[in-house]
Amino acid sequence: MESGLILGGKSFTNRLFTGTGKFRSKKLISKMLEASGSEMITIALRRVDLTSKEENILEYIPDNVTLLPNTSGARTAGEAVRIANIAREAGCGNFIKIEIITDMKYLMPDNEETLNATRLLAEDGFIVLPYINPDLPLAKKLEEAGAAAIMPLGSAIGSNRGIRTRELIEILIDCCSVPIIVDAGIGKPSHAAAAMEMGADAVLVNTAISAAHDPVRMGEAFSYAVKAGRMAFLAKLTEESKEANASSPLTGFLR
Amino acid sequence: MTFFETIKKFDPEDIEKSIGKMSFVEVKRALAKNKLNELDLMALLSTAAQDHLEEMAQKARSLTVQYFGRTVSLYAPLYISNHCINECIYCGFNRSHTITRKLLTHEEIEREARFLNAQGIRHILLLTGEAHKITPLEMLSDVIKLLRKYFPSVSIEVYPMDTEDYRILKKAGVDGITVYQEVYDTSIYDKVHPAGRKKNYKYRLETPERAAKAGLRYINIGTLFGLAPVRSEAFLCALHAKYLENRYLDTEISLSIPRIRNIPGGYSPDFLLSDRLFVQILLAYRLFLPRSGITVSTRETSDFRDNLLNLGVTRFSAGSHTEVGGYTEDEQSVPQFEISDSRSVEEIVRVIREKGLQPIFKDWEDISQ
Ligand code: SF4
Repeated sequence: MESGLILGGKSFTNRLFTGTGKFRSKKLISKMLEASGSEMITIALRRVDLTSKEENILEYIPDNVTLLPNTSGARTAGEAVRIANIAREAGCGNFIKIEIITDMKYLMPDNEETLNATRLLAEDGFIVLPYINPDLPLAKKLEEAGAAAIMPLGSAIGSNRGIRTRELIEILIDCCSVPIIVDAGIGKPSHAAAAMEMGADAVLVNTAISAAHDPVRMGEAFSYAVKAGRMAFLAKLTEESKEANASSPLTGFLR
Repeated sequence: MTFFETIKKFDPEDIEKSIGKMSFVEVKRALAKNKLNELDLMALLSTAAQDHLEEMAQKARSLTVQYFGRTVSLYAPLYISNHCINECIYCGFNRSHTITRKLLTHEEIEREARFLNAQGIRHILLLTGEAHKITPLEMLSDVIKLLRKYFPSVSIEVYPMDTEDYRILKKAGVDGITVYQEVYDTSIYDKVHPAGRKKNYKYRLETPERAAKAGLRYINIGTLFGLAPVRSEAFLCALHAKYLENRYLDTEISLSIPRIRNIPGGYSPDFLLSDRLFVQILLAYRLFLPRSGITVSTRETSDFRDNLLNLGVTRFSAGSHTEVGGYTEDEQSVPQFEISDSRSVEEIVRVIREKGLQPIFKDWEDISQ
């Protein structure tokens, strides 16, 4: 059995990360978490209303699930930093997903502002997970800036189009030392399985679960898909290393 | 090309004719596509599309669920003044009407704010007529600061301003505006706005852009159905939204579908928008602009509104009063328009939940300071 994914000193056995947005009822969030076994869930601070108990989304998330507040609504590094600080003060913990979007049409992340925000927040002790357009030089700078993981998009947010940026994400998986968590665009469990099979360390799935007709069941389905994809990746790894270290090389007969 | 130049290119009569020529072949083609162009929009607005409403509705619904999830955002309007220097012939606040004019004091505004906050409302739309002397910029700015103590998001539907003024209001805490062109047909626009500042078509048309340039994050536009031929108005309004969406990528654009209803004694519209055509327009907007918000106000009856919930609506007004001081004042002034859905916030929330949707009260956090 492999050890869990370590992020910010915490170990996560379940590699499916989920989101709180777009459910038809907040009550479904806890049920979905239970069915999927997801151990980390992202939450938009803009939707947290601490002044109203019934409306406060945090009430629907069990204690054993780690909160990943995101900076949805931020357009600059400065705004992202402010949101992160408000989230921390509100008791959402040290994790922060940086989501800086200046394009409301396709919701593409602003890589430059994201890098600036990562620097500032990592320095301030946050466990920073930046959401980016997959780009290797940027990913390297993010690592250096102290990012705990990198979250490249598979395709545009909410598009459900799957891993359209496959080649670019593969480059990140190949070259980065921090975990790669594929975020956005995953529309079906098979997309999630594909990402994991490629070697992603985890996936974040929101809309495809929350907007599903039966989000609880869909959450469970995604959880299986993620496990299957991960297992396939590990199986391939052992296969490759076994073959590479074979005691009698295939060309050993050539003397 | 500016949108004003685009508008000048189009003759509303020609648009009506082109839309009239659309057949079910064009409608089918539009329905099969993911990215719709102007011709597809025409097809969906045509009479030929009337037989395909259900298909349009199914597609609209699934696009809305995909991009907005199973949620609908709530807001409430707050009227603070009905003073107005304009003479829009279709409006109850028109300066030539001898109605009691009223401007709420700070205490009264605060009382209304407290009431709405207690109902759970977190997004507010502040409204006034156009009266620069009675509701000047500085005053609006103070009111906005006051409201921000009660609401994380305040948007305004007041008079059109310069970019610089919008910057000032943004600093005070405003994050969005609603501004309807009322009517895109330039000659009809001229007729229904006989006097006052509002006569300037171009200045009004470019208001959303001045707001976007000032950094307001949310802009809601619309045409007031009833004043001009319906299909060409819907067409131009959707084009306007698309233009804004492409040009101001960092601004969220949304659309409203206000219509003048036939009210005895009220302004009687020349071009009535039927319920059926209303729905068709809403669906055409959704298919043409899958990511834009669509707002429905309490102008519509409760039954009709509830049925729209599953068709692509993303923003709903609740507990609305359209008279000044309507929530807490005993003495009621004249409303701007008759509201048809007078249910409480609680009742509306219950219906939204029954429809399998999550009502969202708060969807913004102040990060400006
Ligand atoms: S529509 Fe607006 S500008 Fe025109 S009369 Fe009414 S309040 Fe005044």
